[in-house]
Amino acid sequence: MANTAEMKFSKSHEWVLFDGDKVRIGLSDYAQDQLGDIVFIDLPDEGDEVIKGESFADIESVKAVSEAYSPITATVSAINEELMDSPELINSAPLESWLIEVEGVEEIEDLLSADEYKKFCEESEEA
Amino acid sequence: MDLKTPLYDAHLKAGGKMVSFAGYMLPVQYKDGGVIKEHLAVRNQVGLFDVSHMGEVVYEGKDALANLQYVLTNDFSNLEIGRVRYTLMCNKNGGVIDDLLVYKCSAEKYLLVVNAANREKDVTWMKQHLFGEVEFSDQSDRFVQIALQGPNAKEIIGQLTKEEEIPKKYYSFVEDANVGSVSCILSRTGYTGEFGYELYCRPEDGLKLWDLLLKSGQKYGIIPCGLGARDTLRLEAGMPLYGHEMTEEITPLETDLSFAVKMNKKEFIGKQAILDKGEPKITRIGLQLTERGIAREGANIYFNGKKIGQITSGTMCPFINKACAMALVEKGIVEIGSPIDVEVRGKKITAEVVAIPFVKK
Repeated sequence: MANTAEMKFSKSHEWVLFDGDKVRIGLSDYAQDQLGDIVFIDLPDEGDEVIKGESFADIESVKAVSEAYSPITATVSAINEELMDSPELINSAPLESWLIEVEGVEEIEDLLSADEYKKFCEESEEA
Repeated sequence: MDLKTPLYDAHLKAGGKMVSFAGYMLPVQYKDGGVIKEHLAVRNQVGLFDVSHMGEVVYEGKDALANLQYVLTNDFSNLEIGRVRYTLMCNKNGGVIDDLLVYKCSAEKYLLVVNAANREKDVTWMKQHLFGEVEFSDQSDRFVQIALQGPNAKEIIGQLTKEEEIPKKYYSFVEDANVGSVSCILSRTGYTGEFGYELYCRPEDGLKLWDLLLKSGQKYGIIPCGLGARDTLRLEAGMPLYGHEMTEEITPLETDLSFAVKMNKKEFIGKQAILDKGEPKITRIGLQLTERGIAREGANIYFNGKKIGQITSGTMCPFINKACAMALVEKGIVEIGSPIDVEVRGKKITAEVVAIPFVKK
């Protein structure tokens, strides 16, 4: 199980894990739960630039299509190929199933700690 | 404010993720299930749906049949008591107001089951066109409707119901069945492409019936299923859905539902407009993606580079594990096996025209 204490979260429901110069981005447990069974994902290519606040991936659940937004402006250094054939891993292990790895970070939005994010999700539920 | 069906609390207790649908709060899926698991339960074992949002109206009286013959497209003159028939209701332009089921309870009494989202529109239209000796009533609030769908449904009903009270033929029903001491209409109908039943009981008995079916179904692998699975099941079974494959702008012939339109009937609303339009210029097709992706409603489709129509519904079909879709396209251009392109968010992905239903069991 991933250690959420090391992770940061965006208000658009992505998690971010910093490891030196490299940064992995995935979907939060809350997001995968809201989406339901994920059956297809469309990720950017290596070398593409992702931009803070902009969509970088299409996530298709059986119910609908939604997007993942990058909390960071950076360059994609790797994509999680395993998810191309097994997108359902996002449902079963969202915090291990990173979507993209980026480097050359230029800009990062204000991110929440795991506790702050949990509170944020609870408040959105009540609203 | 959305309405709650009498089973609302049972859904919450079972971990139902409630969403607003056609004026009701209904489960889209359950916590321990999920669309894929619920879908597969119906295909392989059995699933239970709360479909109380559907509307029920009754025509009763000497001229009940004459009214139905005029306001609906199918022919009910040869419908037997205890049988059910699918039909469409058209506007004067031949567009579809709704698709519905007609249950013949007696020579002078018919129960009609209509789509929840269309109920008010349907009732207004039906009332506007009443004639002769007939009593019309909207009885939607008097029924809880539960769908028990899947190959194991027979065993569950068999445990709870006397043999002679179980409808044997597809599209037949027993009006006064006793299912585990709950009085209900028991019909061999459904919207999943599977063997199954639909049960209509009084609201006050709804929870009892729901719990009884779940309990009796335990050893047969029953799970409660939500709207999500209902949609993927109906699509995989190639069943059209109002608002997608049918609209007030499309005639039933254009969406390949001519089997429910009896043009040899003397008169019905929409007949002249359908006749005036002549041979339909569009048709409904099924398609399966041959490349990864999902084609959703509204996506344009192309054959040899030329746009020929649009997707009306599309999803990943869990049982066949393929992305499938239905589409309305220009008639006479493609056939089964034709390669086509679907434009999904700006990218063209390949697909093939296939026969409907997508699932063959």
